[in-house]
Amino acid sequence: MENIILSIRNLNAYFGDSQVLKNIDLDIFKNKITSILGPSGCGKTTFIRCLNRLHELVPKARVEGEILLNGEDIYKMDTMIVRQKIGMVFQKPNPFPTMSIYDNVLAGYILTGIKLTKEEKDRIVEDSLKKSGLWNEVKDNLFKKGVFLSGGQQQRLCIARALAMNPEVLLLDEPTSALDPISTLKIEELMIELKKSVTIILVTHNIGQAGRVSDYTAFFYLGELVEFGTTTDIFTTPKHKKTEEYLIGKIG
Amino acid sequence: MEKEIRKRVLKDRVFKKIITLFTYLSIIPLFLIIYFVMARGLKYINLRFLTQLPKPMGEAGGGIFNAIVGSFIIVGIASLIAIPIGVISGIFLSEFKESKISEFIKILVDTLQGIPSIVIGIIAYLWIVKPLKHFSALSGSIALSIMMLPIVIKSTEEILNMVPNEIKEGAIALGAPYYRVVLKVLLPYGFVGILTGILLGISRILGETAPLLFTAFGNQFLNLNIFKPMSTIPYLIFVYATSPYKDWHNQAFAASVVLIIIVLSINLIGRFFEKRWKT
Repeated sequence: MENIILSIRNLNAYFGDSQVLKNIDLDIFKNKITSILGPSGCGKTTFIRCLNRLHELVPKARVEGEILLNGEDIYKMDTMIVRQKIGMVFQKPNPFPTMSIYDNVLAGYILTGIKLTKEEKDRIVEDSLKKSGLWNEVKDNLFKKGVFLSGGQQQRLCIARALAMNPEVLLLDEPTSALDPISTLKIEELMIELKKSVTIILVTHNIGQAGRVSDYTAFFYLGELVEFGTTTDIFTTPKHKKTEEYLIGKIG
Repeated sequence: MEKEIRKRVLKDRVFKKIITLFTYLSIIPLFLIIYFVMARGLKYINLRFLTQLPKPMGEAGGGIFNAIVGSFIIVGIASLIAIPIGVISGIFLSEFKESKISEFIKILVDTLQGIPSIVIGIIAYLWIVKPLKHFSALSGSIALSIMMLPIVIKSTEEILNMVPNEIKEGAIALGAPYYRVVLKVLLPYGFVGILTGILLGISRILGETAPLLFTAFGNQFLNLNIFKPMSTIPYLIFVYATSPYKDWHNQAFAASVVLIIIVLSINLIGRFFEKRWKT
């Protein structure tokens, strides 16, 4: 079981009195892309927000259960360390508007107060932007503000920002839902490239996208994990009726 | 059908005309005030007026140098008190919206904003002037800082409430500790808005007279000691305008022009920063 990076055990999440996740048990495999599929309101986003402990920031929200990162319970770790090891890219591109492209990539270091030398900074910025496929487009404008980029470029900047911290896991929360088809394609290609170095958990509405990029698929419905398996199995021979109905567009 | 559409277009036009008309109406008083004050006061403004001290009562000539310096000192100290407290309180109110204390403080801030300035002057008199047994610039600054506080608190709170949640979560998701999220992301994001609020507060208290009547009081001479009485432009305008001397009346108008120009400049500086920040 060495290739399991995250094990989620008996995870329950609540907003006040309403339970949004019910007894989730799931293993995430290292250097694979796992997509989380399901209709709106099924708890997909809440699920990945539990993985980097963002869920608990919402007033009255709470979490029960265990999430083990390489065997260590993240709910017993310091939140800052958890969030450095488990990076996140949001639905809407959110580069920091007051920072340059250069500083945006380094934002994780700036915001956590980690001191770097000029050479380290330059190297991290170049590496991260190359990994996110943005380097050639922005290398002459590194000190301009990030908000002047197109939506797709902003999203790749956010990916670079997450990668700069060398996370073990990258959470992508519908990263292409606000983007045009060409930018979407670029990010999908990027994901496949990135899984060599990082484990990706992808929340998506887009069944096609899950099929194209992911190795494993988890199907959520009404806060429960209905089915989990390799993407090929789930897409060709779903065991559960709900999964099938979702995949053929009956529910969604 | 044709007729119905024409009727709608006509209604639309009339509506737009009415909106424009009322907007123009609302700025007429402003122009009248500026015109009237300028017409009466502008001709008395010269280097002598700006750099000399007042002549003894009844004697013609003299300037308002002491009042200009006094206004800058008193308002400066008031800002030094009100800005940090105001901005920090604004951060608190915006960050802890849900808490009961926030709700309570918000009501207090609204109440504070509604308290007449003369009452704040009396309070400052009772708290500071009486125990120290003499009027002082510092007591005036404190009275003015109390007036400035709600403006700074509310503008900071409103600006920070406008910071998109995804920006804040983006910072938290990178593992940033809370204080760095506030200092490095929220405050820079709201910087211009907060600055605009501060400048608004400053121009508001620059013109206040009532809180200074029993606190900074006024001074014929140039005084830089904040524990002694000090003159300010609005106080000087008040004294001169209520005096029986023609020359002082003219000087009161000239001092009003100076005050209006200072306030206008502060607003223009705010605009300038706003524009520069956006590009």
